[in-house]
Amino acid sequence: MKKGDRKRRILKEIKTNKFLYLMFLPVLIWYIIFAYVPMGGIAIAFQKYSVVKGIFGSKWVGLKNFQTLFADPYFFRLLKNTLLINIYGIIFGFPLPIILAIAFNEVKNKHFKKITQTISYLPYFISVVVVASMLIQFLSTEGVVNGVLQALGKEPIFFLQESKYFRFIYLASDIWQGVGFSAIIYLAALSGIPQEQYEAATVDGANKFQKMLYITIPCLIPTIVMMFIIRLGSVIAVGHEKIILLYNPLTYETADVFNSYVYRVGLQDMKYSYAQAVSLFQNVVGFIMVFAANKITRKLDGTTLW
Amino acid sequence: MRSKINIGEKLYIFFCYFLIIVLCITILYPFIYMVSASLSSTTAVMRNKVVLWPVEFTAEAYRVVAQYKGIWTAYGNTIFYTVVGTLINLAFTILAAYPLSKKRWGARKVMSFILVFTMWFGGGQIPFYLTMKNLGLLDSRIAVLIYGAVSAYYVIIFRTHFESLPDSLEESARIEGANDITILMKIMIPLSKPIMAAIALYYAIGRWNSYFWEMMLIQDEKKLPVQVILQRIVINSQLSEDVASALTAGQQSFPMTIKFAAIVITALPIICIYPFLQKYFVSGALVGSVKE
Repeated sequence: MKKGDRKRRILKEIKTNKFLYLMFLPVLIWYIIFAYVPMGGIAIAFQKYSVVKGIFGSKWVGLKNFQTLFADPYFFRLLKNTLLINIYGIIFGFPLPIILAIAFNEVKNKHFKKITQTISYLPYFISVVVVASMLIQFLSTEGVVNGVLQALGKEPIFFLQESKYFRFIYLASDIWQGVGFSAIIYLAALSGIPQEQYEAATVDGANKFQKMLYITIPCLIPTIVMMFIIRLGSVIAVGHEKIILLYNPLTYETADVFNSYVYRVGLQDMKYSYAQAVSLFQNVVGFIMVFAANKITRKLDGTTLW
Repeated sequence: MRSKINIGEKLYIFFCYFLIIVLCITILYPFIYMVSASLSSTTAVMRNKVVLWPVEFTAEAYRVVAQYKGIWTAYGNTIFYTVVGTLINLAFTILAAYPLSKKRWGARKVMSFILVFTMWFGGGQIPFYLTMKNLGLLDSRIAVLIYGAVSAYYVIIFRTHFESLPDSLEESARIEGANDITILMKIMIPLSKPIMAAIALYYAIGRWNSYFWEMMLIQDEKKLPVQVILQRIVINSQLSEDVASALTAGQQSFPMTIKFAAIVITALPIICIYPFLQKYFVSGALVGSVKE
């Protein structure tokens, strides 16, 4: 009796919303094939995967790949490099867009503001291959940077061949690409501050610096906290796309991160199972962190923010 | 006392302008230098005579690059991937976003979860590559078009937008007998042009700039987009013999000027359209950040 009821309800639902199901169907199929089938492929991390035998025929080895990974001295290097790039990225890269947004907020000339803002977003839309190519050109031994050093009477520096420069080059170019664009969200938050607050402060005799200190920054704090938590959530991940364009065996010591290692060991050397174990480790830790960050921001969002 | 306050304030304002101007110079100078270097003679570039403007002006580098047919093929491929790919992106995004915006849809929660979960967790590079391989999609243009067909992030933005449109529009159309497809095509989409433009632009830029999966999935040089060709010219000099000889013009390696010309050619379309579409870029960034 009840079963029939349920069946009828489902049929009715499908009938009334048939076009919604129809619309969503291609999307669902895409997600199954290109997101969830690959997720099943995670299993190879627990196998000795062979391309010939496939995922159903390959031998299961339990946690062996993970044991190898945690015993690998390389593991700590990957962990260290991944975390350091993120931590330095937070220390040097995180405050800059905030400062920039505050600076933009003080500009009263509309044309100047519009032109400079437009310029500041531009690098964000330039491809990673172009940015890496520019870096390689500028930093090569014959490049313009070494040209300046030479003119100053200094020895040329092999910037991309020495591991001690890698993090700086990577992060400086990241900041160069992203600072203007990241400022947008803070600018949006700033535009939400009621003008009356500033006017009242003017009446009280506050100057612009004081207004920035006592009105602008406090108004930005919720956005700052939110962005900071989101940023912390991705501290275990550094994308491989720019790394693999800029690194080489001489700089692996500081440049190699989880994702670039997965690419090199998995996709280049075709040690699929071991690389997938590395990848799974990173994805699970990353998932937990992003999930936690999301929970925290939700909570803040619901109660104190906006 | 009044003047003391003014000095502090002036310093602060000066610092604000100073920061903005320094940033703009830091951003523009590399581009200007690169264009100038690509238009200078090789010897002038090698001797670091180029500072701001071209020295010993010559368009030789562009002539050499333009002579190489591969770059035009790659350009054509990139345009194809960008145009067709963006259309696929838009279609998939709207087809996903519209049902998800309807509270009356019974499968809404489940489907929403299926999408959002992929933003947090995925198989990673290797299972994705193996899946493409097992599907027989390696070395095909279809692979490039389909692998990034939809981004859950933009679906959410679009869904939020659909939710913000008043229900009364749909109700009155329904009374006149319209179904969901008609409502989407005739009412919802025409009301969504600004956000569609912004999202299409972001998808298109992503398509134009993308290189990693194109590099992994495509072997045939004739199907490669221009980003991968640039990567091969400048970064790993991994080109077939005839290409190499076409570009080096008999020399040992690619001259600096030719590499600069290749970079400029790759980046130019984005830089050229950018000022005109600037407002869409910014509005796109804002729908993403504010509504998230």
